[in-house]
Amino acid sequence: MSDTFELAGKNFSSRLIIGTGKYRSFDEMKAAHRASGAEMVTVAVNRVPLDRKTESFLDHLDPKMQILPNTAGCYDADHAVRTARLAREALETDWLKLEVIGDQTTLLPDNEQTLEAARILVKEGFIVLPYFSDDLIMAKKLLDAGCPAVMPLAAPIGSGLGIQNATSLRIMREQLPEAVIIVDAGVGVPSDAALAMELGADAILMNTAIAESGNPESMARAMNLAVQAGRLAFTSGRMPKRLYASASSPIQGAIK
Amino acid sequence: MIRFTLNGESREVPGQFDLESLLKHFGLPSQRVAIELNGTVVRRADWANARVTDGDKIEVVHFVGGG
Repeated sequence: MSDTFELAGKNFSSRLIIGTGKYRSFDEMKAAHRASGAEMVTVAVNRVPLDRKTESFLDHLDPKMQILPNTAGCYDADHAVRTARLAREALETDWLKLEVIGDQTTLLPDNEQTLEAARILVKEGFIVLPYFSDDLIMAKKLLDAGCPAVMPLAAPIGSGLGIQNATSLRIMREQLPEAVIIVDAGVGVPSDAALAMELGADAILMNTAIAESGNPESMARAMNLAVQAGRLAFTSGRMPKRLYASASSPIQGAIK
Repeated sequence: MIRFTLNGESREVPGQFDLESLLKHFGLPSQRVAIELNGTVVRRADWANARVTDGDKIEVVHFVGGG
C-alpha cells in the first residue's frame, strides 16, 4: 500500500525524520539511518573549529537523504535568521528546521521569536519547518506565515518523556485537517511514536530516542515500524472507547 | 597587522587578506562551509573580493550532528 507523505512539493515514503546528533560513532549513525528508513535527516550549523582539523560531517550521510539544517542554539529571531542564511549558502538548500529556544534548562521554544523568524525566512524563500509548543493558535499563525508544516513538540528536546499532551495534538489534528503536522522532540520509545501517529501526526522527527538507545540500529528499525503501525492505525480509524464491555462472542446460544 | 574576530576569537593577519585567502591562511575547509562578514552572508563567488578589515567580525560555519 502506497502512503506517501508530501511536504513542500516533495514526496517521502517514510514518515520518520531523524537527527544526526549524539551517536557514538559515524558507523553507528549510518547503520541507524539505514534501519530507520528515513529519507530526511537534520543537521546543525556550527562554527568551524580554529584549532584542529575537521572531517566533513556531511560525507557520512547517505547522498539520497534530504538534508534539513536546523537553527539549534539560537535564542532569538535574529540569530535564527542569520543561521538559516548561512545554512542555505553552505548547503544550497531552502529547507530549514526553524528552532528558536527560550531557555537553556527546558530548551522549550520561544514561540514569539519563532514566528518572527518564520515570517522573515518565508519571505526569503525558505521552506520553514518550525519547532514550537503544541499550541493550536500558534500553529495557525505559523501556517498563515507560510510555513508548509508545523512541528509541535511532544515533550522537551532529548527528554524521552513521550506525548505529554495528547489532547492538544488531537485538537490540532481536528482543527487543522489539511495541515502537515510533524511531531518533533520528546519521543522516547516506539509506543510514543505510534501514539503520535495514531493521533494523526503526518510524520515524526526524533534524534535522541534512537541515538541514545542501547542499540541505535535496532531502535531505528523499531521506530520505523512504530511510525508505520501508528499511521496505519490512524488511516484505519480506531474503535470507539466505551466505559463497559462489549462481547466479541455471541451471547445467545451458549450452553446452559 | 589587521585584527579581527574569527568565530568569536581574536585573530590577526599581516597585510591584506580576502575571505578566500583567510580560509587558506588559517587552514579552514572551503567546501560546504559558509561565511558571514559583520552579520551578512558573503556568497562563495564573492569571497575573493571581500577584503578583511580591522575590527571585522567573521563567522565561518560548517555542519555537525544535530536533531
